[in-house]
Amino acid sequence: MIDVLYFAWLRERIGERSEQIETDAATVTELVEELRTRSEAHALAFSDMTAVRVAIDQDLAALDASLAGAREVAFFPPMTGG
Amino acid sequence: MTVSIQSSPFDMGAEVRRFANSVSGAGAIVTFSGLVRDDGGKLTAMEIEHYPAMTERAVEAIRVEAMERWALLGAVIVHRYGRLEPGEQIMMVATAARHRADAFAAAEFLMDYLKSRAPFWKKEIGPDGEQWVAARDDDEEALARW
Repeated sequence: MIDVLYFAWLRERIGERSEQIETDAATVTELVEELRTRSEAHALAFSDMTAVRVAIDQDLAALDASLAGAREVAFFPPMTGG
Repeated sequence: MTVSIQSSPFDMGAEVRRFANSVSGAGAIVTFSGLVRDDGGKLTAMEIEHYPAMTERAVEAIRVEAMERWALLGAVIVHRYGRLEPGEQIMMVATAARHRADAFAAAEFLMDYLKSRAPFWKKEIGPDGEQWVAARDDDEEALARW
């Protein structure tokens, strides 16, 4: 079981802040493939992955990173702090 | 507190005085404050979202990297989230060093990294609607110089 979190326009498009996902996905890429099938909103949110960043257990990660041992995966657009 | 992620406003003068009192041997303190720009009435408010479980850790990691790369005596970062009005302070950094070159460079490094590596997202709310602020390509390019 993985907690999947969404921020900014990903949260708005998907309509959820978080969801618990039962998954065998080994990588972020595989998890995204599964998430796309959940709803049209998910598919739209994940249609352009160049606009999506990911953190695994609160650390920035690559989109093809391994999910081994991961408990929380967050998806969000490029950050705009400062 | 060397990193503070908060919704409430802060008193820059008080923060800088407290910081100055906490470091010894400093010959230079550089401070920077970012404000919500008042774009001639086009902006009603700015809403800043963040990732609470990650924000403080990510910001502290950036601060530690600055401490390692420059001869700093200290560095503090305050960053707000929530709804802010035009003219309000969003964030501040302060760096202290024996000499100004380290303090200036480290402050610029902190700003560049906070812009694109700290999990904050800004949304502009105006009279005609709202939109997420897009990350700029030159923000990402700014990281390359470090």
